[in-house]
Amino acid sequence: MRRRCLLCDGETEIQSWAAFFGVKPPLLCENCSKGLQKLTGPSCEICSRSMKETGICTDCAAWDKSIFHSNHSFYHYNDVMQDLIARFKYRGDYVLADLFAQDIRRAAREMKCDLVCPVPLSVSRLAERRFNQSEALIEPAGLQKTLLLARRESNKQSKKSRAERVTARQTFYPVGDASGKSVLVIDDIYTTGATMRLVSRALEQAGAVSVKSITIARSGS
Amino acid sequence: MNPSSFFAGRELIDEEIPVLSDVNLLATRPGLSYPLLCHRCGNTTNFASHPCTRCGTSCPYCRNCIQMGKVSSCTTLYRWLGPHPAHPEGAGTLHWSGTLSDGQQAASENVRRAIHNGQEHTVWAVAGAGKTEVLFRGISEALQQGKRVCIAAPRADVVRELAPRLQSVFPDTPPVALYGGSPDRNTYSPLVISTTHQLLRFYEAFDVMIVDEVDAFPYTFDASLQFAVQKARKKESSLIYLTATPEPAWQEDIQYGKREATLIPARYHRHPLPVPETKWCGNWKKSLVPAAILDWLKDKNKALVFYPHIETMDKALPLFQKIDSRVESVHAQDPLRKEKVEAMRRGEVRILLTTTILERGVTFPGVDVAVVGSEDRIFTESALVQIAGRAGRSADCPTGKVTFFHYGKTNAMVRAVKQIQQMNRLGEERGLLD
Ligand SMILES: [Zn+2]
Ligand SMILES: [Zn+2]
Repeated sequence: MRRRCLLCDGETEIQSWAAFFGVKPPLLCENCSKGLQKLTGPSCEICSRSMKETGICTDCAAWDKSIFHSNHSFYHYNDVMQDLIARFKYRGDYVLADLFAQDIRRAAREMKCDLVCPVPLSVSRLAERRFNQSEALIEPAGLQKTLLLARRESNKQSKKSRAERVTARQTFYPVGDASGKSVLVIDDIYTTGATMRLVSRALEQAGAVSVKSITIARSGS
Repeated sequence: MNPSSFFAGRELIDEEIPVLSDVNLLATRPGLSYPLLCHRCGNTTNFASHPCTRCGTSCPYCRNCIQMGKVSSCTTLYRWLGPHPAHPEGAGTLHWSGTLSDGQQAASENVRRAIHNGQEHTVWAVAGAGKTEVLFRGISEALQQGKRVCIAAPRADVVRELAPRLQSVFPDTPPVALYGGSPDRNTYSPLVISTTHQLLRFYEAFDVMIVDEVDAFPYTFDASLQFAVQKARKKESSLIYLTATPEPAWQEDIQYGKREATLIPARYHRHPLPVPETKWCGNWKKSLVPAAILDWLKDKNKALVFYPHIETMDKALPLFQKIDSRVESVHAQDPLRKEKVEAMRRGEVRILLTTTILERGVTFPGVDVAVVGSEDRIFTESALVQIAGRAGRSADCPTGKVTFFHYGKTNAMVRAVKQIQQMNRLGEERGLLD
């Protein structure tokens, strides 16, 4: 049984007996999937950063008290992942979200939150990209999304330095009601955690009592 | 910026064009049509779709050319209908004092005539025959007549290598070089050197389309690049193909006169092509470095050793390094590829292991060539002919040894050897060899 690799368009294959038992061929060929590196081993309990021993990293310890509980990431943000996310988010290859649907579904089930909320884009950015990458990750995972937030126009996040991002001004604001609920937020990358804290603050204004996040990749050392 | 200077002859998507003052000078068409076809790249099979915030539908998009900017069902393609920039003063004046070999002379005349008459022509020139020089007269005449000329090559390194050569012979008509990320992107010139990929951004732009290395990956495999060549040339235009080793179907067409072609069977330096030897080497996947090849290497000063796959090559590398420290390996994704090739040229590397990435383009004077596992299907007839063509390139060292080490002879190997022998025979017959 064959299909095309989502990244290189080469053929992917499985044993015919496996197909008989309902196993589907992988979405990536062996070569492309080799480049993606799962996060394993000890990590920060709050942000998923790789560490020598499990615990709480210095960055997380430095954040002010917040309803933000923790982030779970699946992969290292290595070169292959960087290309993949660029192709997904900036080039707009929506279907690549399928690669993470299973991971997201499983992790979301374990987190047991009341609501799943995407990270909103500003109106102009959404028009430019044609879809919201966060919603694109939620839908193939078969989760029900609740739009609790919107976002004002701002400068591009990725061009700012870490210091600027950490002190970034709030651009999110509540548009829905999350009174007494725990909320799961899904996004592509977790870098400094600044975005998630801003999202959490806006969700708190919407009435949420706690926020967890799932991100595809954990960037930063 | 004057829109005609970057827009003339192109077809671009919204995101690629600045705001234009005069929409009357634009022609538009949708990016996709149904049944699903991408008008930019010709893809009909590789699509996906998503709920689109721009058009409000479940909007299909082309995955095949998405790296050049996304073409969705709500994407519009734009063409410029305004005037095209005039040719510069003295365009097409040829500044070249070299001489053509007899074989090149005939090809040059046929290319010139095909360009003049708007016809198709193929130049089949063995590695080292000097195929670029064959184009000079035809290009010169076309430019002088106000025509726009494009040379399309399969890879960016070929484009980067061709550009300065053409720049030096046509200094009054500086060519632009187009490849992913090239600085010339927005410049106009009547003489364009482009990767076949970048051609996707042109629409009926060229009076003369020259396709270099038609046999090379990925052109032969990728239907969308064929599509690009056809889209980028004008309806009334000439089409010149250059190849060192056409695929079997083309060879047949040429033989039966179905494809007009000129053959240059001999090298510029008038020495025959080294004929490959085939040698059984047992199960090389097990031994990795067969005893036969170690034996072969003993009296070689400089050798290129081809492997079919990165994996086997990587495993073989340390075994070679045990017998000689001056051994390196390269492959397509190798970040040090350029450096290693340079080190080989300077003589600091004695044995360079390589995948098919070095099958064409490179010249190492005095090199001998071996292929390990030549029965692998990656080594097609044309790949093997190209590989053999690495030996004996320079006039100072016109001979060289070429050996195919195999674990079972293939048709491709037999045909490759035959093709080379036939070229030498033809070269002899036509008095092109000393
Ligand atoms: Zn396309
Ligand atoms: Zn759309």
